[in-house]
Amino acid sequence: MRLLTHNMLSSNIKGVTNGFPLKIQVEKVVEKQVEINHDFLRNIFPKIDWKAFSDASRIMGYDEMPEEPPEPSVLELNVEFLGKFHHALLELHLEEGALLCPETGRKFPVNKGIPNMLLLEDKV
Amino acid sequence: MSYKIAQIRLVSSHPEVYEPCDDSFALVDALLSDRNNLLELKPMLCMEVGCGSGYVITSLMLMLGEEANGAQFIATDINHHAIKVTQETMEAHGVYAELINTDIASGLENRLAGSVDLLVVNPPYVPTPEDEVGREGIASAWAGGENGRSVIDKILPVAEKLLSKRGWLYMVTLTANNPSQICRQMMKKGYASKIVVQRSTVEESLHIIKFWKDNDIEADTNDVITNSKAVPLGIVDSVRSQIQRLSFWGSCDINTTTN
Ligand SMILES: C[S@@+](CC[C@H](N)C(=O)[O-])C[C@H]1O[C@@H](n2cnc3c(N)ncnc32)[C@H](O)[C@@H]1O
Repeated sequence: MRLLTHNMLSSNIKGVTNGFPLKIQVEKVVEKQVEINHDFLRNIFPKIDWKAFSDASRIMGYDEMPEEPPEPSVLELNVEFLGKFHHALLELHLEEGALLCPETGRKFPVNKGIPNMLLLEDKV
Repeated sequence: MSYKIAQIRLVSSHPEVYEPCDDSFALVDALLSDRNNLLELKPMLCMEVGCGSGYVITSLMLMLGEEANGAQFIATDINHHAIKVTQETMEAHGVYAELINTDIASGLENRLAGSVDLLVVNPPYVPTPEDEVGREGIASAWAGGENGRSVIDKILPVAEKLLSKRGWLYMVTLTANNPSQICRQMMKKGYASKIVVQRSTVEESLHIIKFWKDNDIEADTNDVITNSKAVPLGIVDSVRSQIQRLSFWGSCDINTTTN
């Protein structure tokens, strides 16, 4: 699971009002290189919850994302920053670990890179 | 000109995972026939609900290829075997999508609302007794409950929520699902629709329907017809007449469509 996906996932437990962001429990992080696409990064940027993303990147062991969101102009001009943003968003994978509901602590396992969001036992 | 799609010999399998079948091929053909439009759309986030073997999402990624311009792909399935098989199928083809084991798009609906530019669904659509829907194993790949609509009717509101303003949905339906009723229902939410591919076999008649938001259609949240503009009615009429022209149309019972 990439941090882009982490940024799009919330707890789906019934009644939970603050299900985002899910807390990451890391067992294993892997890096997979992919080609950078500046347009994609600029287009996705406004949709990213920056605090959740930069916190998550640190938990994943990557310290290069500032706590405050960068100015959009940085994304236009600073190619070095774009490279780091790309790496944190799309190249770091939570391979093994879990995602925890911030409200209930319910654990959603992540195995072989796949988050399991099924709520079997408490299905309503 | 032919474009790259998934190769059957590279598609992984598992006894409890739906193998690519006529419906999967029809959906990929629909996407292929719309490939140029898809490239023009420049989707940023693409998603498949119910990826099964991974044949469709892999084909989609391959056909858009380099020209996808950095688009990202997400696929879900309720069956964890399907997720694993999709992962293997994608690896064999050298493509990557994020996979999530979930019910439809549960967990993604809030943050991904209004952000999906392309959504493809080949849902479980076969009419079955209601209690067969969502069971463990392979049955959940096709069991669609009454008129085959149980899962479809859960997916549609999620699709509306996820789709961006310019987003497109491609969905497989069977005549027994009453596709023209689905189109009318979607029209009330502001979506125009069109049949991209229609295919009849002895057992079933498949329609791949494309839905897109049409600004000329006023979404009607109260379920009361307050909109008398000629354009949206025209769109629905055209879908209806398209459907009516198709063989088998008019029969709502799958058993009576065979002879
Ligand atoms: C007809 S198969 C299509 C598989 C594949 N997309 C294809 O076209 O070959 C339907 C798929 O939807 C999955 N499915 C059924 N109910 C689901 C649900 N509630 N949420 C997510 N996936 C579901 C099944 O496990 C199955 O893989």
